[in-house]
Amino acid sequence: MKRLPGHRAVPALALALATSLTLAACGGSGFDDGGGSSSDGGGDGGPLKVLIGSSGEAETAAVKEAVAAWAEESGTDATVQAATDLPQELSQGFTSNNPPDVFYVSTDTLAGFAANGSLLAYGDQLDNADDFYPTLVDAFTVDGDFYCAPKDFSTLGLVINTRLWKDAGLTDADVPTTWDELAAVAKTLTKGDTVGLAFGPEYQRVGSFFPQAGGAMVNDDGTEATVDSPENLEALEFVQSMMQDGVAAYSSTLGAGWGGEAFGKELAAMTIEGNWIAGAMENDFPKIGYTVAELPEGPAGKGTLAFTNCWGIAAQSGSTDDAVSLVEHLTSVDQQLAFADAFGVIPSVQSAAEQYAADRPGFEPFVAGAEYAQNPPAQEGAADVIGDFNAQLEGLQDGDPQAILESVQQSMQAVVGQ
Amino acid sequence: MSASSIRRGQTRDGWLFVSPAMLLLAVFLAFPVLMALWVSVSDWRGVGSPFSSDVGFVGTDNYANILSGGSLQQRDFGTAMRNNVYYVLFVVPLQTAVALGLAVLVHHKALKGRGFFRTAFYFPSVTSAVAITVLWLFLFNSTGVVNAMLGWVGIDGPNWFGDARGVFHTVLGAVGVDAPAFLTDHRALGISWWDWLAGPSFAMSAFILLAVFTTSGTFMLLFIAALNNIGDEIEEAGMVDGASGWQRFRHLTVPMLRPTMFTVLTLGLIGTWQVFDQIYTGTQGGPAKTTLTPAYLSFSTSFNSQRWGEGAAIAFILFAIIVVLTLFQRWALREKS
Repeated sequence: MKRLPGHRAVPALALALATSLTLAACGGSGFDDGGGSSSDGGGDGGPLKVLIGSSGEAETAAVKEAVAAWAEESGTDATVQAATDLPQELSQGFTSNNPPDVFYVSTDTLAGFAANGSLLAYGDQLDNADDFYPTLVDAFTVDGDFYCAPKDFSTLGLVINTRLWKDAGLTDADVPTTWDELAAVAKTLTKGDTVGLAFGPEYQRVGSFFPQAGGAMVNDDGTEATVDSPENLEALEFVQSMMQDGVAAYSSTLGAGWGGEAFGKELAAMTIEGNWIAGAMENDFPKIGYTVAELPEGPAGKGTLAFTNCWGIAAQSGSTDDAVSLVEHLTSVDQQLAFADAFGVIPSVQSAAEQYAADRPGFEPFVAGAEYAQNPPAQEGAADVIGDFNAQLEGLQDGDPQAILESVQQSMQAVVGQ
Repeated sequence: MSASSIRRGQTRDGWLFVSPAMLLLAVFLAFPVLMALWVSVSDWRGVGSPFSSDVGFVGTDNYANILSGGSLQQRDFGTAMRNNVYYVLFVVPLQTAVALGLAVLVHHKALKGRGFFRTAFYFPSVTSAVAITVLWLFLFNSTGVVNAMLGWVGIDGPNWFGDARGVFHTVLGAVGVDAPAFLTDHRALGISWWDWLAGPSFAMSAFILLAVFTTSGTFMLLFIAALNNIGDEIEEAGMVDGASGWQRFRHLTVPMLRPTMFTVLTLGLIGTWQVFDQIYTGTQGGPAKTTLTPAYLSFSTSFNSQRWGEGAAIAFILFAIIVVLTLFQRWALREKS
């Protein structure tokens, strides 16, 4: 028995491969050209697809209700889906030329999506474009184009457990307004298993001390990294000293998933969190009484961080007019106040501020923060740098703050210098 | 002469019969792999087809960005490599040893209820990786069952999934050894030699135990099958020659398991370098990137950071590592004449 001639397999295999490649390549360029006219991407008047990165059941229900109301009014169908992994699902949509029409965009992914042409820069088409807070418009403006409508915003405040506060013999007059006072009350509140102050191991919490010391991650026009500054070092050293004294701790060290959980389980008497904590407290820890104060002043004055999302519209969407109309509805004063009621965010339009503050006197410190809040850096690639910063901040307690800042400075400069 | 023409017909028919399978392989395997290869050398930004005319060829830029230059991407890749090396180093020998041990145990004729034990040991392998990961997150919580049990014997357990310290560093720190300058001053793939020597973090250690727990059952089955193929007469011949139980295991059973051992080690090596599910559902690379692995980094670089070329490049570097290590293992375990 002779073996079958092996060398024949090679050309045959190559032919089969080449054929399939040609076929598949045709398919590839086929859907590439499909762009605007793709059958299920939603042609003009077709149903709108809305994809949200929801914080929970309450938010999903509220957005569904708001979109349904618009659909009824406009006569255009629209469906809402809550993503399990928004960045991934958006990426899949864009690569297959079948993205949702309207979706949440976070500040740290905006630059990337704007640069690769995924997003429609529709901000100026909005009737209520002038009503948004200017800092929020800044957050969603890339190279002079106002890309998308700010959905809402949040700032960080100091959340205080009223029972533990009273038990420690503290009164309203003791609410800390300076770093020294913060360290002092944290020490008073640290008892047994309860630490005075807890927050997440991340820039998005620890970074609130930077503006209080006069520091920032990048300079005002976003062209220079300013991570490695004496101000930021002072802030990190202050946080580190509180942790080393045992009066402050990361929520992860306490075995909690985030600051709100550590606070709700009374593992900490104070936490640094945003206004979204209201929903979590109501749902998970309804028995814990709390008050909110503005974050204490550092050597350079008041400071906090602002977080915001916007309503992105896909450039590839075939129904951009409908999409813009939907976003106008979703960012209207009434609708934003409804969202505020449903899941605790602060409206992004100034004309809703008064009503919002009047409805929730206890939340006034969060709204006040909007005046002086700093936006986290949003340059393309900054999210990776922040991710790396967060990884290094986890080791802050025993780490070298100067070394951390130096290494983050280097990667941040690489990002802003592009 | 007539024989060769018959054979020619056979050849044609052979190709005809395998063509459906080959077509499927080409469309769903070969083509996507080649497409990813193209993405890894292009500047595709994740919009539309990678083959459209506005996507450019950038040569080895994506690879260079990961492997050199001191960028954040290089540091992340180095960290991911370090983490995965420790994962492989611990998981592969452990799971092989445990699987072999379990197989010998349940193969033993004297054992009552062998069927029950086989099922019990195999059970973790059929449960979904996601479900087991979630279970693990509960067990290894800082106030979880594992730490409670450690507490019984007076050990203050670590905050497993929150502790970013490497176990080697922790042990060295406990005996008073601090980072020597010559180790912190030199770097490979963007991270210092000292950091390469950190060992798996506590979080990664929990994942190592998870992997051993879930995969040992599968490999146990392979070993049981191999043990069943070894005839009783060999064991009896060993007894006649006066070999002890351990000697019979070491000099008769283990050498006869060589082909299975090769399979188990190869599958283990490939599986451990591709660890993804547990990381994605469990820690997303945290704490402090100590559970970041190349497979997860490839995913997050592509989908979360929109750097598709670099994500694909990481996948191909991983592919190369697996191929090289498998070849090396084949060479190391070859039959020595």
